[in-house]
Amino acid sequence: MIKKNWMYWMFFLALFLAPFYLTEFRLSLLGKFLCFAMIAIGISLIWGYTGILSLGHGVYFGLGAYCMAMYLKLEASGGRLPDFMEWSGVNNLPWFWKLFEHPIISISSAIIVPVLLAMFLSYFTFRNRIKGVYFSLLSQAIVVVFVTLFIGKQEWTGGTNGLTNFSTVFGFSLSSPLTQIVLYLLTVVLLLSMFLFSRWLTRSRFGRVLVAIRDSENRVRFLGFNPTTYKVFVYSLSAAFAGIAGAMFVLQVGLISPAMMGIIPSIEMVLWVAVGGRSSLIGAIIGAIVTNGAKSFFSENYPDIWLLFLGGLFIAVVLFLPNGLAGVYQSVKQRKKQGEVRANEASSHVLQRVSRF
Amino acid sequence: MKPVLMCCSVSVDFDGFYALQGADLKVYPHEVRFLIGPNGAGKTTLLDVICGKTRASSGKVLFYSHDITDMPEHKIVQLGISRKFQSPSIFHQLTVWENMELALKQDRGLFAVLRAKMSEADRDMIITLLQRIELLDYADQKAGSLSHGQKQWLEIGMQLIQFPQLLLLDEPIAGMSAAERERTGELIHEIARDCAVVIVEHDMDFVRRFSKQVTVMHEGKVLCEGTMEDIQQNEKVVEIYLGREEKAC
Repeated sequence: MIKKNWMYWMFFLALFLAPFYLTEFRLSLLGKFLCFAMIAIGISLIWGYTGILSLGHGVYFGLGAYCMAMYLKLEASGGRLPDFMEWSGVNNLPWFWKLFEHPIISISSAIIVPVLLAMFLSYFTFRNRIKGVYFSLLSQAIVVVFVTLFIGKQEWTGGTNGLTNFSTVFGFSLSSPLTQIVLYLLTVVLLLSMFLFSRWLTRSRFGRVLVAIRDSENRVRFLGFNPTTYKVFVYSLSAAFAGIAGAMFVLQVGLISPAMMGIIPSIEMVLWVAVGGRSSLIGAIIGAIVTNGAKSFFSENYPDIWLLFLGGLFIAVVLFLPNGLAGVYQSVKQRKKQGEVRANEASSHVLQRVSRF
Repeated sequence: MKPVLMCCSVSVDFDGFYALQGADLKVYPHEVRFLIGPNGAGKTTLLDVICGKTRASSGKVLFYSHDITDMPEHKIVQLGISRKFQSPSIFHQLTVWENMELALKQDRGLFAVLRAKMSEADRDMIITLLQRIELLDYADQKAGSLSHGQKQWLEIGMQLIQFPQLLLLDEPIAGMSAAERERTGELIHEIARDCAVVIVEHDMDFVRRFSKQVTVMHEGKVLCEGTMEDIQQNEKVVEIYLGREEKAC
């Protein structure tokens, strides 16, 4: 067991030690990627394990981010009306904004709001046995609804610009390197907890029910399980992960806007998981980091044609690595194992022949 | 004796096409009941109605004293009715052992499953059953890699481990070799010691060899019931079903 897992531990150790070997700029990039990795874990749970393809996780990420951002915005405004509200001619702080003056309410609603939306959507669709492409399209429609709403309600949400210009969190300056390092370490801890929790889930009998739902939902139902309960639970869990990711993202990046929760980011999230390997949790994490890392590497070095590289990467994965990067590792391991088995078989054949003579 | 299952004039309307038109069926404990009839007679539809996959447009289905006509599928299973489908329906990506683990009689609620641990008794139960369906050597293999006949057996095994009171089998011997058919027939009679079995089957030799009571269905209704000998004497049956088949032969 320990031998098998040492690579995971090395990987997380490397993440913990990153503040020692990365520059401030690189560290904040990595922190951002790790937030994306949290979303990727959730998508791996619902897509890779349970077979639910959601193209709407941008919304859960965005809602988590906005919940945190509202608190930061109020803290930055120091008792006055947030700047964008003044520009839109709002005179009093709306009642629901007032709730976000309390840190505990904002942080908990960064999880609760996405979860409630996910429960609502998934309960009514899964109970009515809507699945596959139809569910994916519905989840996409939710994205359109929310992006339109957030852009339209400029006086409440900051419109297209979103929420930005934060200064402090709980009195600590967001621009100080120390705060950023603490936030980064918190992100790693959260990511590690999500990873360990999801790993425990997928290795328990619960995890086998998820795979069983992916294989044959009807059979699961006719073994006496109610698949709706399981699907709603795992879908809402992934929304919670995305919400937490959103909150940590805002704290480190200092900005959230409707464009970051739209259709394209939502599809990109699925791509990270496809690149990493959808039925591997660690694969999903690595997929999110590698894809986003490649994105910033290509855009820094080849500013004119970087999108082509990224497109090429996706095509290569789809064509040659159907199980993503994690699949490559597994098939190499398997080939090695098969090779050993074959060698053993061959030698036993030889022995048999020899003994016959 | 009280029947395990009672279907009272069950009808099913698929948008104007009546797959069942007032079918009646009574099954008693420890009975092995074969359902036969030409294609489209409504045999599979009747099984679907009993296990809740298809809803009856009129009529009633009683399991002992429970009215299960409108009960959700998973609740019907929890009462003790289990169903084997026509084409083997198992979890291909899980191992044979994991397939059996999920089929175990257990609390299937979310939080119970989250905490579930394999007990010694469960382990023994799975081993015993895997021996019975001759799959113990394949316990760690992915179920998808089994042969067709083995998949059929695995699915039967997954029903047995639930200790149902009523087992519904839809063409259990399809795609099996002669030896496997023989073994399945014996297995069915072993099962009937603990529960009632309803089998839909097309293979007349198999029905002749292993049936006691046979129900003939035709155009969504039950035509007649009796032993295979009785039925072969029945003129109506000969006309609509056996006769046609024998002529064809």
